Amino acid sequence: MKAAAFAYRAAASEADAVALLAAAGDAGKVIGGSQSLGPMLNLRLAYVEQLVGVRGIASLQSVTLADDTLRIGSGVTHAMIEDGALPDVTMGLLPAVAQRIAYRAVRNRGTLGGSLAHADPAADWVSVMRLLNARLHLLGPAGPRSVMADAFWLGAFTPGLAPDEIIVAVELPRFAPGARWAYRKLCRKPGEFADAIAAVWVDPARGVARVLLGALDGMPHVMDDAAALAALQSPATRPDATTQLLDDAGLNDPDARALHAEMLRRALADLDRFGPGPGAQA
Amino acid sequence: MKTVTLHVNDRTLCAPAEDRTHLADHLRETLGLTGTHLGCEHGVCGACTVEIDGAPARSCISFAVANEGATIRTIEGLADDPVMAQLRDAFSAEHALQCGYCTPGMLITARDIVQRLPDADEARVRHELAGNLCRCTGYRGIVHAILGVLAARRNLGAASTEATGHGA
Repeated sequence: MKAAAFAYRAAASEADAVALLAAAGDAGKVIGGSQSLGPMLNLRLAYVEQLVGVRGIASLQSVTLADDTLRIGSGVTHAMIEDGALPDVTMGLLPAVAQRIAYRAVRNRGTLGGSLAHADPAADWVSVMRLLNARLHLLGPAGPRSVMADAFWLGAFTPGLAPDEIIVAVELPRFAPGARWAYRKLCRKPGEFADAIAAVWVDPARGVARVLLGALDGMPHVMDDAAALAALQSPATRPDATTQLLDDAGLNDPDARALHAEMLRRALADLDRFGPGPGAQA
Repeated sequence: MKTVTLHVNDRTLCAPAEDRTHLADHLRETLGLTGTHLGCEHGVCGACTVEIDGAPARSCISFAVANEGATIRTIEGLADDPVMAQLRDAFSAEHALQCGYCTPGMLITARDIVQRLPDADEARVRHELAGNLCRCTGYRGIVHAILGVLAARRNLGAASTEATGHGA
């Protein structure tokens, strides 16, 4: 199908994008790489009067490495992350995830910020940024503000963004020595949205032990509890701990529970490839 | 309507487009480049894959006006490309097409695989091809054709390194 009529304006800068959105009111929408909104407009699942293009804004492509964080511009594409065009502060987590997002032709256009704003519960960056509790830097008419990923999404396809706000950048913690991660997703065909996601980030120096279940009906579920992770890793307590986590994630459908339980099992097994850490000794 | 300027297959073309017109329709309907095919029109089937600014992209989910000033290469613009010549011969030899509908997108993806991943094995080729659907061949011929071109180019590279003495 073809998209219904809309007006398109390319924003020249971050401030220009905000001004154009403010002028459009509820009728405006940001478009980056157009790899999610493009299909939705073509299928007429989305109707927009005013599209504001942010793909040409150079400042959204910037990448800044600081002592403890990496700040990635929202316009950075999945392919740039896949190809290692930015410093890897996550021991390979970001490039590994990027390589399995959709297809190369999509990754060449689709952006980090676009994925987070689209807020598909099964999108990889949504799960990764929740797992890392990354900081999202936003810009609106009142100026910049930031919000942690744990508090950003209100629900499926519902980012905590005002109609005239844009995502400028995402700031990730740099993994400390001794950190470990695992990321598993189940797709019936490579490149499809996942049916189940399970991910783990353990970073003892930061006091982090996070387990995530994604590709749920709603946004991903995060368990931030070192003792509960230890229970998942110990054979004696694993069955009960797994049941508890699946319950907490709101997984009621038996098939969905089974798929998520299997991804969780594999993710926990993957942690071992980093060698034994505090979480694995239980 | 806006006037959109695109650099298509080494020619600079200015033509009117509605804001809602996607790039594939603009290429086909306005610029007359019907080698780019449309299947699903929501970014899943890969038939409309073209090169935008040197990288493969879906032309059905990118709007023409959003590509102002971009460099586009369609299947027509790759007629004289040496890698594409190898791929065309290999697709023919391996029966890598039947109806031909997916072939333009398949060839552009194949060319990207050959150039970006010179050491790709069969599993990697199949993974990379997941975004291009073919309803005729069952993919076997396509995968063999791409693997054949990859092997031929590796052999050529090894031979030329030997001849010039510039080995690693």
